Amino acid sequence: MMLKIDNLHARVDGKDILKGLDLEVAPGEVHAIMGPNGSGKSTLGHVLAGRPGYQHTAGSAMLLGQDLLALETEERAHLGLFLAFQYPVEIPGVSNMEFLKAAVDSSREARGEKPLDSVSFMKRARAICEEVDLDQAFLKRGVNEGFSGGEKKRNELMQMMLLEPKLCILDETDSGLDIDALQRVAEGVNAMRDGKRAFVLITHYQRLLNYIEPDHVHVLSGGRIVRSGDKSLAHELEEKGYSWLEDVA
Amino acid sequence: MSQQPIDNAISKEYAAGFFTEIESDTLPPGLNEDVIRFISGRKNEPEWLLEWRLEAYRGWLDMQAPTWAHVNYPPVKFDEISYFSSPKSLKDRPQSLDEVDPELIETYNKLGIPLHEQAALAGVAVDAVFDSVSVTTTFRSKLAEAGVIFCSISEAVQEYPELVRKYLGSVVPRKDNYYAALNSAVYSDGSFVYIPKGVRCPMELSTYFRINEQNTGQFERTLIIADEGSHVSYLEGCTAPMRDENQLHAAVVELVALDGAEIKYSTVQNWYPGDAEGKGGIYNFVTKRGVAHTDAKISWTQVETGSAITWKYPSCILRGDNSVGEFYSVALTNNAQQADTGTKMIHLGKNTRSTIISKGISAGKSSNAYRGLVRMSPRAEGARNYTQCDSLLIGDRSAAHTFPYIESRNPSAVVEHEATTSKVSDDQLYLCQQRGLDAEKAVSMIVNGFCKEVFRELPMEFAMEAGKLLEVSLEGSVG
Repeated sequence: MMLKIDNLHARVDGKDILKGLDLEVAPGEVHAIMGPNGSGKSTLGHVLAGRPGYQHTAGSAMLLGQDLLALETEERAHLGLFLAFQYPVEIPGVSNMEFLKAAVDSSREARGEKPLDSVSFMKRARAICEEVDLDQAFLKRGVNEGFSGGEKKRNELMQMMLLEPKLCILDETDSGLDIDALQRVAEGVNAMRDGKRAFVLITHYQRLLNYIEPDHVHVLSGGRIVRSGDKSLAHELEEKGYSWLEDVA
Repeated sequence: MSQQPIDNAISKEYAAGFFTEIESDTLPPGLNEDVIRFISGRKNEPEWLLEWRLEAYRGWLDMQAPTWAHVNYPPVKFDEISYFSSPKSLKDRPQSLDEVDPELIETYNKLGIPLHEQAALAGVAVDAVFDSVSVTTTFRSKLAEAGVIFCSISEAVQEYPELVRKYLGSVVPRKDNYYAALNSAVYSDGSFVYIPKGVRCPMELSTYFRINEQNTGQFERTLIIADEGSHVSYLEGCTAPMRDENQLHAAVVELVALDGAEIKYSTVQNWYPGDAEGKGGIYNFVTKRGVAHTDAKISWTQVETGSAITWKYPSCILRGDNSVGEFYSVALTNNAQQADTGTKMIHLGKNTRSTIISKGISAGKSSNAYRGLVRMSPRAEGARNYTQCDSLLIGDRSAAHTFPYIESRNPSAVVEHEATTSKVSDDQLYLCQQRGLDAEKAVSMIVNGFCKEVFRELPMEFAMEAGKLLEVSLEGSVG
């Protein structure tokens, strides 16, 4: 199993957000987590990634058989977990290239490999830029510095492609994107589907799923998964909204 | 993010903290006219210089220690300081490196600056100041070929008395301020540089300072004269051994850039900052000033990471028309360090231009203040200044302050001032960590990014060192 979450409880700012969440993701699968605002969708991503202040209080989460919650944030990344942020922050003065190289090298170092030489790195970075349709000038700019919303999201995608994670969690990647940008991001994600890599798509709307077809759709409400199904569940939600599920929860 | 990781990362023991046992010929503590006569006599100085020192001393007696800086420290007990110390085994100056006390060489090795190797490899002439006496000077002959004089100031007094007499105190008058007056009275040694007309100095000139003898105030005096159309780049770098008592350092640096000359003065300062509570750190009260004549340029670049207290304002007097002054500064404070640093740009000539880029980084519970004066005199027609002053806070117990002073007496002069304050945010650290970087590496990368504009002004080989220095200085700062 790629990811196995069992009865996960988590608290943020003294408030219980996740209240007994179960989820299993097998290699190669794409899971969509949907749900109303405040249901705990983003919290799930941050608890798994190890955001400081996001405290797990009970239950477990295993990634590739390892106890994810016992690891430092960066160790989870080294293990192959990637979180594409809903609101990527800016780091002024640190060039994208420098940042990406440091990220790639730290994962290599954790695996006992040597840092990538600069020429090979640049080659790959440029190729990926082309793939996600980002101007190569972006490599020289400060991390997310002055990027538009769409550029930030594509920058996240570029990082994901470069780091080649085993489990990708996309947190509301579709928010703030116009349809063209959304399509481009979806293409990038689809290109990364190789039968082994797994994806968890956190989204409020169904429209992302028009472009990235999920194997499973889950509805999160009140900190638990209240319903699971195939992609038709997403369409059902689109028609009926989330309120009809509240009763179930 | 909690304070803890930042604290852990910054709290490493001072790497250069070791003490070399070399017998010193040290004067008993205390200061009076006899002490000054002793120093002057030991150096075989001419009468005029003794008088010059005594006059500075008499002026100092009537002055008060400045209190306007944004720093707190117990009053310095000047009568508990010894004002002269020289490594005993070097009373008779060694003629070559082989004659240098091996322990001294060992000290340099610990600091990673093996004198001959480094000099040979990097092509840098090193005038190493160990306590108060210049130990050895390398590459002197190569410099001599170009007509460049690079020696200790004591030596210059003997060999080039006219130059010293003409320029000593010409930029920083001997009674300029409290610490400059003290320095003028008791200065022990320092560097002297003269670049002849039209000569481009063939190598970077570099001096490593090291305070070593306990309770010995260090009073360096540096005088650099760039004659018309000449060019020189000078680097000053220092580390100091760990100790318990506060040490006073009151240096004076004077730069004279004659018509069309250019002086680039870079400092990497890493003196012992004291323990986590600030105990035992160096007090660094320095007066640095340059005069730029017509079409001349003076550029100060400093990376300040050490000292318990820093009080330092490298300044430019833009006397000649079209002269240029620059100040690029990174000042990092951690734990209990306090820094009040900045610059003065005094625009006297027409079309003079100055640029100030100041980057202050505060971590731990430290305090970091930028203090800068830009003065446009009535005849500074068309003068321009651009100031950018950025502060970066790490953790939530540190402080940053900005005190800009702008005096413009010429309506055609333009003064621009920009200031920002930012924090290394938890979200930035989280982003970096999620991508696999540990917190220390992340902070170091963010801080280096913040300092980039200044680092690129440093000579290439030192830019790397500066980045490394920040990394070491920030250890324990990530929570």
